Amino acid sequence: MSDNQLTELIEQYLNDDMSHDERIEFELLRKKDAAVDSRVTEHKQFIGLLKQYGERLELQKRLDAIHNEIDVHALKEEVTIHPVWVVRMWRHHHSKISVAASIAIFAILSTLFFTGKLNNHDSRFVELRDEVSKLKISNDQLKRTVNTSLISGAKTTKPKPANPGNFRGTGFALSSNGYIVTNYHVVSGADSVYVQNAAGESFHSKVIYTEPQNDIAILEINDPAFRNLGSVPYNFKRSSTDLGENVFTFGYPGGEVVFGPGALTSATGYQGDTTEYQVSIPVNPGNSGGPLLDDKGNVIGIINGKQTQVAGAAFAKKTTYLLKAIQNIPSDSLSKSLTLNTKNTLAGLSRQQQLKKLKNYVFMVKVYN
Amino acid sequence: MNKDLKASAPTDSEIVLGILNNSEIVLKRLYITYFPMILQLIINNNGDEDDAKDIYQEAIIVLYNKIKSGEFELSSKLKTYIYSVCRRLWLKRLSHMNRYGGDIRDFEEHLPVEEDEVEKHNDRDIQFDKMENALQLLGEPCKTIMEDFYINNRSMQEICERFGYTNADNAKTQKYKCLQRLKKIFFQQK
Repeated sequence: MSDNQLTELIEQYLNDDMSHDERIEFELLRKKDAAVDSRVTEHKQFIGLLKQYGERLELQKRLDAIHNEIDVHALKEEVTIHPVWVVRMWRHHHSKISVAASIAIFAILSTLFFTGKLNNHDSRFVELRDEVSKLKISNDQLKRTVNTSLISGAKTTKPKPANPGNFRGTGFALSSNGYIVTNYHVVSGADSVYVQNAAGESFHSKVIYTEPQNDIAILEINDPAFRNLGSVPYNFKRSSTDLGENVFTFGYPGGEVVFGPGALTSATGYQGDTTEYQVSIPVNPGNSGGPLLDDKGNVIGIINGKQTQVAGAAFAKKTTYLLKAIQNIPSDSLSKSLTLNTKNTLAGLSRQQQLKKLKNYVFMVKVYN
Repeated sequence: MNKDLKASAPTDSEIVLGILNNSEIVLKRLYITYFPMILQLIINNNGDEDDAKDIYQEAIIVLYNKIKSGEFELSSKLKTYIYSVCRRLWLKRLSHMNRYGGDIRDFEEHLPVEEDEVEKHNDRDIQFDKMENALQLLGEPCKTIMEDFYINNRSMQEICERFGYTNADNAKTQKYKCLQRLKKIFFQQK
């Protein structure tokens, strides 16, 4: 039996196109011969698939015909969700917008940075510590090496630093045994602190207490060369002072002690700061930490800053806050007793006499870091 | 689009009966009723109208075959069923194209469609693709003879006349040769 004949038989069998006898014969053959049986199954499946494929094509054609009747374009408009214009703009131009925004942010930040607005520092207020120029330091060091080489071997020089320090401010004695008050901003970040008296002697000092919020720092002279100062001539005024009071300060804006006369002009400091006085006094970098005294020689404040672009507006921390700070010093920080003088020996003296006495109690604070 | 057709959405049982009875009108109404819903789904989820057509027709075919095979039970609304199948198919295609952002914007409620239903449909599609290829490779006149005889159920007599065979036996021999070649090509395909 040829292949074609077998296929024909299978087709006749599957299509029920056989006589009864033929059918029985074929079924016998199918049972006997496994190859024939598998041919039947295979043929059935294959033709089935072919027919289904045809049906699918037909259905697809019908669906396409229906689809062509639909106005898809109009429908598309109808069902598309149109986002608000902001969203559309963002979708279409987001790369450009991002670039523009980054450039803008960068420009703003760099402008702020270069104009100094980004610094927390308010440019209208300056703290009056004196930054000693690097040039001067190197000059001094040069001078020193020359000096030492000149006198080398001759005699031992005093091992005191002639270096003027990186920053300078003023401080004044609280008590005869070597407690000195200055501004916190003068000594902040200091590695070592020296105080220098009017005679030019430097003493090593230690910062024993600071109150950054009130810009107050208390130093203690711990130099073996230090001798007792003798009793402090001024006292500290607790009550607040009235406007118009003649006041003066004494400090080290430069290398020499400088007297600064003036008047109390306002009971509040920079931008209404009630912890400070405003005074009209010529002050310069280096005056920070200097005492502010009234006519009779009572300490009423500590000079700590001035306003730029405004004439005659310097500021001084009120003594009340100094006294509070002294009370707040932990007792174990104090190696000696800190007793404030209550007797004012300056009252009634002429200004010249007062300054002569004061001179020994006002120090240049030199900060190294 | 015809407004009347749009207005009269056929009921679900109408559709099932219509498909079982090969009603062209019901098929058309079914198609037109739910196409906008699927167009909306696809267009607003990274597709275009051609994608919508493909997906929708696939879903209609799945539904059609299911109804025809008698397996279909109206357990949910037909609308939900179609939407769910389309959603499933579209998610699958999106992940194929790597366009799927992990998020799809839905417009209708949907059911979890059994995975194997879509899977079965896919397998069948692959078989059909193979068949189509095989028929192309078979060439004329075999292709037409096969289609006429097995798909369009034409008689050997008609085929004889069409191709100018002198007798039916010749035509028959030709037909079996063609069938044999078709099978060979089909099963050789990977």
